[in-house]
Amino acid sequence: MPGIKIELLIPEMFLFAWALFLFLYDLGAKRKNSQSLGYLAMFGVAVTAVLLSLFHGGMVFGTMFQSDQLALFFKVIFLGAAFMAVGASFDIASEKIHNHRGEYYGLILLSTVGMMFLSSASELLMLYIGLELTTIPLYVLVAYFKDDRLSVESGMKYLIVGAFSSAILLYGLSILYGLTGTTDIVLMKINLSLVFLANGKIGPGLILAIVMVIAGIGFKLALVPFHMWAPDVYQGAPTPITGFLSVGSKAAGVVAFARIFVNGLIGFATDVMAPLDWGIIVAVLASAAMILGNITALRQKNIKRMLAYSSIAQIGYLMIGMVAATDRGISAVSYYMFIYLFANMGAFTIATIFNDKTGSDGIISYAGLSKSSPGFAACMTVFLLSLAGIPPLGGFVAKYLVFASGIQAGYTWLVILALLTAVVSLYYYANVIKMMYFSSESPSYKIKPPIPAQIVLFIGVAGVVIFGLFPQPILNLAAEAAKVFAF
Amino acid sequence: MGLLSYIIFLPLLGSLVILFLPKDNFKVIRWTSAFFSFIPMLLSFYLTYDYFFAFAGSSQMAYVEGPFQWISAISAQYFLGVDGISVPMVALTGLLSFLSILASFNIEKRVKEYFVFFLLLETGMMGVFVSLDFFLFYIFWEVMLVPMYFLIGIWGGPRKEYAAIKFFLYTLFGSIFMLVAILILYFTSNPHTLNILELIKTAPTLSHSLQLLCFAFFFVGFAIKVPVWPFHTWLPDAHVEAPTAVSVILAGVLLKMGTYGMLRVSWPMFPQGLKFFAIPIALLGLIGIIYGALVSMAQKDLKKLVAYSSVSHMGYCMLALGAFSSVTAMTGVMFQMVSHGLITGALFLLVGVLYDRAHTREIAAFGGLGVKIPVYTGLMVLFSMASLGLPGMSGFVSEFMVFVGSFSSFKIITALAVLGVVLTAAYMLRMVQRMFLGEFNIAKWGGLTEINLREILTVAPLAILTIIIGVYPGPLSNIMKATLENLVTLMAR
Repeated sequence: MPGIKIELLIPEMFLFAWALFLFLYDLGAKRKNSQSLGYLAMFGVAVTAVLLSLFHGGMVFGTMFQSDQLALFFKVIFLGAAFMAVGASFDIASEKIHNHRGEYYGLILLSTVGMMFLSSASELLMLYIGLELTTIPLYVLVAYFKDDRLSVESGMKYLIVGAFSSAILLYGLSILYGLTGTTDIVLMKINLSLVFLANGKIGPGLILAIVMVIAGIGFKLALVPFHMWAPDVYQGAPTPITGFLSVGSKAAGVVAFARIFVNGLIGFATDVMAPLDWGIIVAVLASAAMILGNITALRQKNIKRMLAYSSIAQIGYLMIGMVAATDRGISAVSYYMFIYLFANMGAFTIATIFNDKTGSDGIISYAGLSKSSPGFAACMTVFLLSLAGIPPLGGFVAKYLVFASGIQAGYTWLVILALLTAVVSLYYYANVIKMMYFSSESPSYKIKPPIPAQIVLFIGVAGVVIFGLFPQPILNLAAEAAKVFAF
Repeated sequence: MGLLSYIIFLPLLGSLVILFLPKDNFKVIRWTSAFFSFIPMLLSFYLTYDYFFAFAGSSQMAYVEGPFQWISAISAQYFLGVDGISVPMVALTGLLSFLSILASFNIEKRVKEYFVFFLLLETGMMGVFVSLDFFLFYIFWEVMLVPMYFLIGIWGGPRKEYAAIKFFLYTLFGSIFMLVAILILYFTSNPHTLNILELIKTAPTLSHSLQLLCFAFFFVGFAIKVPVWPFHTWLPDAHVEAPTAVSVILAGVLLKMGTYGMLRVSWPMFPQGLKFFAIPIALLGLIGIIYGALVSMAQKDLKKLVAYSSVSHMGYCMLALGAFSSVTAMTGVMFQMVSHGLITGALFLLVGVLYDRAHTREIAAFGGLGVKIPVYTGLMVLFSMASLGLPGMSGFVSEFMVFVGSFSSFKIITALAVLGVVLTAAYMLRMVQRMFLGEFNIAKWGGLTEINLREILTVAPLAILTIIIGVYPGPLSNIMKATLENLVTLMAR
């Protein structure tokens, strides 16, 4: 059929099939052979990335599935997150979940498929389906340690909050549909302007829709005040899944937010024609996230909880780029997420390996790590410094770009607040470094990560350093991605 | 790659090389790092020499590299160059870095990491003094904090962890304001640029209120580094807890970055802001001079005394920086920066020498040391005299120029500031008297050994330079003359 370029779906279809293949393979594979499934999963992700480079650019199913530059950029992030999460999971897979390895890896891939659909959705229904496909496998993955009460509790919490927020989001989307008579985001934008031109105002229904959608996506992003689930879930979930959740699932929420707000509701980012502009709402929520996330993180003694609060704060920074609602803002957000992938996945990989070796997540147990495992500690230092935004690492450039977009859009107060809280954040990131380097203890163990985890750590450090020093290639891609929205 | 790039990146290369050296071979690690700081020092001396003969007459940038596109999305460029205010700083950094590395040969704990961080630190410092692009400048400015954090935190004294994080947070807090000001400058320039030289041309056309705002933001960033009273509280902690060589770098180079930043960036860029804030700045300088001196006087710990004397001495710089219409005052600032770097660097080295032997720095614990260790005493007295501004040494020249230059702008403030000289003399002489003169406690300090050759070698160049600048300041002032004259006209816009 003309106009339907079904081949654009090949990467998604392949990854989906590969996930099913992993389910089946596990049935036949020998239980003792612990490594092959993980390598197969990594291989599948890599192949998907290659396929993605071959098949992109265009639309399928009318406008439902957009394979544009923005989608492409974020799909790379999702695949990266899946690759790194799988790579970090080898020890867990062989020790803790040896009876369900196939499902574990398969579900990660399925969730990734959901994210890929979500990032391509320029249409509300597709967006919702993508979001559900992303989240439902994660419910299972979070509760994967069946014997661990914390894990089960966090699975339950995530399920209830997730379902609840999906319902709110759906309600908001349905109001948008009612207001505009379409689920297509671009048509929605046009119809809203027409309504505005005809009536000179837009009714209170839009306020309701904006609030509901912000709340619905806010839950996925763990944006304050919808963040309450995050620390518990992050703590209870298997650590690689926590990393995947904090990067992949968040990036998916970021795309959804960008598509709906920065594209569909762009006219209401400022108070020119809105009954209520979402720009200021999100700015306030972002500042709340930065303040609360950073200050609460100061008191955490568990590394996963600390990283959970840190990621709440990071979303606050990232949202500045959204609030700016400019091409500069969107490309900054894209780059931010890209660097965040390396730094955060890296940090969670370290936490995974450390836990595998010592059985502890306490920050205090990192004491003296630099003496017994200098390379390992150095990796963690690089990740933490990047998260803190210290140059010349990628995290600094990312923050710089986001803040620049905020200043350009006139949100100077928000940027100053963000910078002040960034100083606070240094304290808790440096606290871990202090433990690893300044402590007089010399631990007896020596951490030697398994090969796949070493690859993940290498990718993480290389990404943060190289794309920090030479960000221009990525920035070009991010600028392309931002062009998807006609500003 | 030009000369400046080599000066910046050779230490970085050195730290990478050391990463691959065996951990236990201290000797190789020490000499490798000495080598990788020795070459940049020679290069920086060559730079000074060549600048003096070839470029000193003009206010143009010399040894320019770039501007090369680096991150075109944000117009960040790789752009280096030196003029009369950066050349002395580069030379000072090169010299002090090498001497500090020599002085660090007695480090026995985690030797490899120590020198890796130390060389990284040198790269950061050199970069700040030669960058002409704001993004590059900011990166070097911040990059330096990380090795410094580790150097204080791992090899420092009893309260090292507190001092390290305090230093890190304080400086970062200052630099975020600088970052906001940089972004404002970027978006108000047309076409958008981060080129410092371009912005010096265009920024004075900004509105009055914006100039005041940007000036204030930059001032916070730089003032914390100097440190100007009341932002100085990180200094005593960091200086006292840091290992000897790091204290030398802190006092000798890092503090100068603040005043250098003012001269390079905010003073010429925002003349209206400068006019508005000149008197408060001079007042802050005065408070720093008097307060620093009074607090030094009350110290029982020798290292703390030297640390607080830095607050006082940097106050002279601030006083003169307020008198922006006078070339003499600006020359005074530069002389004070160089001279304080040499003298205080040497004092910290000497404090370290004594502490290594006696394991205490309490002034009251000593007495009559002149009998036992005369060479050490001689050096200590020499630098104490230099610090209190005895004629014939660099401290006198710089303080004299500061006072002469500032007097026409601030008569009363300058007159009061002269009191600082008396106070400095008081605490320095009292320290000398209590430590080196009087009764020698042979039972307690009978085993004290004289300063050894390596230690003498680390302070001797500083002593020689202090005296040369004190007796014949002509060459140094010729290096910076044209640049400073140009600077004064820029500030008068």
